[in-house]
Amino acid sequence: MALFPNLIFLSLLVLGIGLFARNISRIRRNILIGKEVYRSDNKSLRWSHMIRVALGQSKMSTRPLAAFLHLIVYVGFILINIELLEIVLDGLIGSHRLFAPFLGILYNFLIGTFEVFAFLVLISVIVFWTRRNVVRIKRFWKPEMKGWPKRDADFILYFEVVLMLLFLSMNATDSILQDRGVETYINAGSFPISQFLYPLFDGLSDQALIIFERSFWWLHILGILIFLNYLFYSKHLHILLAFPNTFYANLEPEGRFEVDSHIKNEVMLMMHPEKEISENKASPPDKFGANDIFDLKWTQLMNAYSCTECGRCSDVCPANQTGKKLSPRKIMMDTRDRLEEVGKNIDVNKGVFKDDNKKLLNNYINPEELWACTTCNACVDACPIAIDPLSIIMDMRQYLVMEQSAAPQELNSMMGNIENNGAPWPFNNQDRLQWVNE
Amino acid sequence: MKLEVPTLASLEAEGKKASVVFWVGCAGSFDDRAKKITKAFVKILNHTNTSFAVLGKEESCSGDPAKRAGNEFLFQMQAIQNITTLDHYGVTKIVTTCPHCFNTLKNEYPELGGHYKVMHHTQFLKSLIKEGSLKVEGGMYKGKRITFHDPCYLGRANKIFEAPRSLIEKLDAELVEMKSCKTNGLCCGAGGAQMFKDAEAGDKEINIKRTEQALDTNPNIIAAACPFCNTMMTDGLKNKKQEHSVKILDVAELIANSNNL
Repeated sequence: MALFPNLIFLSLLVLGIGLFARNISRIRRNILIGKEVYRSDNKSLRWSHMIRVALGQSKMSTRPLAAFLHLIVYVGFILINIELLEIVLDGLIGSHRLFAPFLGILYNFLIGTFEVFAFLVLISVIVFWTRRNVVRIKRFWKPEMKGWPKRDADFILYFEVVLMLLFLSMNATDSILQDRGVETYINAGSFPISQFLYPLFDGLSDQALIIFERSFWWLHILGILIFLNYLFYSKHLHILLAFPNTFYANLEPEGRFEVDSHIKNEVMLMMHPEKEISENKASPPDKFGANDIFDLKWTQLMNAYSCTECGRCSDVCPANQTGKKLSPRKIMMDTRDRLEEVGKNIDVNKGVFKDDNKKLLNNYINPEELWACTTCNACVDACPIAIDPLSIIMDMRQYLVMEQSAAPQELNSMMGNIENNGAPWPFNNQDRLQWVNE
Repeated sequence: MKLEVPTLASLEAEGKKASVVFWVGCAGSFDDRAKKITKAFVKILNHTNTSFAVLGKEESCSGDPAKRAGNEFLFQMQAIQNITTLDHYGVTKIVTTCPHCFNTLKNEYPELGGHYKVMHHTQFLKSLIKEGSLKVEGGMYKGKRITFHDPCYLGRANKIFEAPRSLIEKLDAELVEMKSCKTNGLCCGAGGAQMFKDAEAGDKEINIKRTEQALDTNPNIIAAACPFCNTMMTDGLKNKKQEHSVKILDVAELIANSNNL
C-alpha cells in the first residue's frame, strides 16, 4: 500500500513523457516531409549563431521591455527545472525534499532563488497578459490572430500563472508544516516569497495542511506534464525548436537569394551547349517553386513549427504597416497549419498522404499577399530565432511565374522588356550610352 | 564639362585595360533622374583620374527584378549573358551606383560562375578619399541637416551602413537619423520588382510612409544611395508638397556638387 503513490507517479510520468516523445517524433516526421537542403557546413559558426541567438537571445533586445520580461520567464523556466529534478525523484522514491539534508545551506539558497524567480515570472506573465489584453499592443490583434491563436497565447500565460501559484502554495503549506515539526516535513530553511501566503493556510489543522500540500505538489507536477504535451498543439514549441532553428539557419547575407541549380543546368546547356555540365545532371524538377508544403525545404517547415507568433516580422513589414494583406507571420502560421493538416492526413491514411484537393497556395496563402512583398528582408532580420518567411514567399512567387505564368500584368511587361531589350523598360539597348551626350 | 566615358570595347581596341568597371545599371542608363546620378559619379571618376570603363551597349539588366518577381529562368539567362561579357574582358572589379545590381552581382553571380570584387559607389568613393585622390569639404552643404535613407539591398541585405554615412559626415553636414534606420530601415516600396507594378490595396503607399519618416527629421536634404529609392522618395515629397523645400540627392551628387563638379 505504501508503494501506491509511487506507482501512480511512475505511470503518470511514463505516460506524460511517452506522449511527449510521440509528439516529437510526429513533428520530426512532418518536418522531414520537406525537401533536402544541406545546412551542416560551417559547424563552429552554426554553434556560435545558436548560442548567441537562441541561448543568448541577442535579437530580443530590439524591444527592451519585452526582452527583459522574456529573459525573466526564460531564466525562471530553466532554474525551476532544477527543482523539477528533486520533485521527480521524490515522486519515484516516495521521499520528501530529498536534497535538503545533503545540500544544507545551499538548499536554502536554491529554494530561495527559485521562489524569487517564480514570483518574478508571475509578475512578468501578468505584464505580458496586460500587454496583450489591456494595452492591446497592435501586433497581437492583427487579423491572423483571431480565434485559436489568441486563445492559445492566453492559455499559455494562464498555465504559467497556475504553475507558479501551485509552486508557491506548495512551499507555503510545506514550510508551515515544517515549523509545526510535523513528521517527514524536514526543516528546509526560509521561504522568502511563499511566507506571504502563510495567512491563507495558517488556521488549518495539520491534517488539512498535509492534504493541501500534497494536492499542490501533485497538481504542480501534473500541470507540468500536461503543459509539456500542450506544446505540440500550441505555438509554444519555440522553447525547444529555437535551438535547431538557429543552428540550421541560413547564414548567407540576407540579400543572397538561392540560385536554383536545376534551372542553372538548363540555362547552362542553352547558353553554353559546348560545355559539359558535370555536376547534378539530374533531370529538371517536376515543379518549379512551391505551391504546397511538399515543395518547401525541411528548414522552412521547421521554421513554421518554431514560430511563436510574436509578430515582430509583421510589425516591421512595410506592406503590413501600410495595410496590405501580406503578413509574414501569417505566412508562417499558414505553412504550419497546412503541414499539420497534411500530417493528420498521413496519420489516418496509414502513413501515405491522400490527395485532399488542397494546397498551401490559394487554400491558405493567396497571390495578393505574395505580390505585396518588397523582399526588403525586414521580417527575416526581425525574427528573434532566425525564421525566414521571405524564402517561402519567393518560392511561391516562383511557382506562380514559372508554372502558371500568373504574374501581375505589369510584371509580365517588365520581364518581356528584359527579354527583348535587356532592361525592365521598353528602351532600345543601343541607347544605353546616350546619357553621356545629354 | 565633357565626360570621359570609355567603353571596355574601345579600350580593348586600343589594347588598354581599365582598373574598374562602372556598372551603370538600367535606371542609371535610361531613367532621367537616375542619369543625373550616373553623371555625377562619372564626374568624380574623371576628376580623380580614375581608370574606369563602362560596358555601354554590352551591358544588360543584371536580372534582379526578374529574380525577385519569381522568374529564376530569366534571371539566370541575364546573369550568364553578363558573366560571359564580363569574363571576355577579364573584368575583376566592378563598381555600381545601384544597390540591386550590387547585391545581385556580388551575391548571386558567383554561383553562376561570375566572381568579381563588387563595390557600391559609396564604398568606392570612401576608398578614393582614403587613398587621397578625392578631397571632400563641406562647402555648400556645411551645417545642412541631411538624413540618409538606407536602401534595403545595401543596408540590411549587405550590412553596409557606415560608408554612405561617412561620406555625408565629410560634408560637415548634420547627419540626422530617421525613426527606422540602418538594420531597421524601412523600405521605400520599390524592392522586389514593386517598382514596376502598382501596389496591392492598402491604406497607404509605402513611399509616403517612408517620406513622412524622413520629413519628421526636419531635413534640408534627404540623401539616397539607390536610383529606385530616389524615385520613390521624390514621389513621396511631391505627394507631401515638399518638393521645393526639401531636396533628394544621391550621395554621389552631394560629393560632386560639394566639389563644384
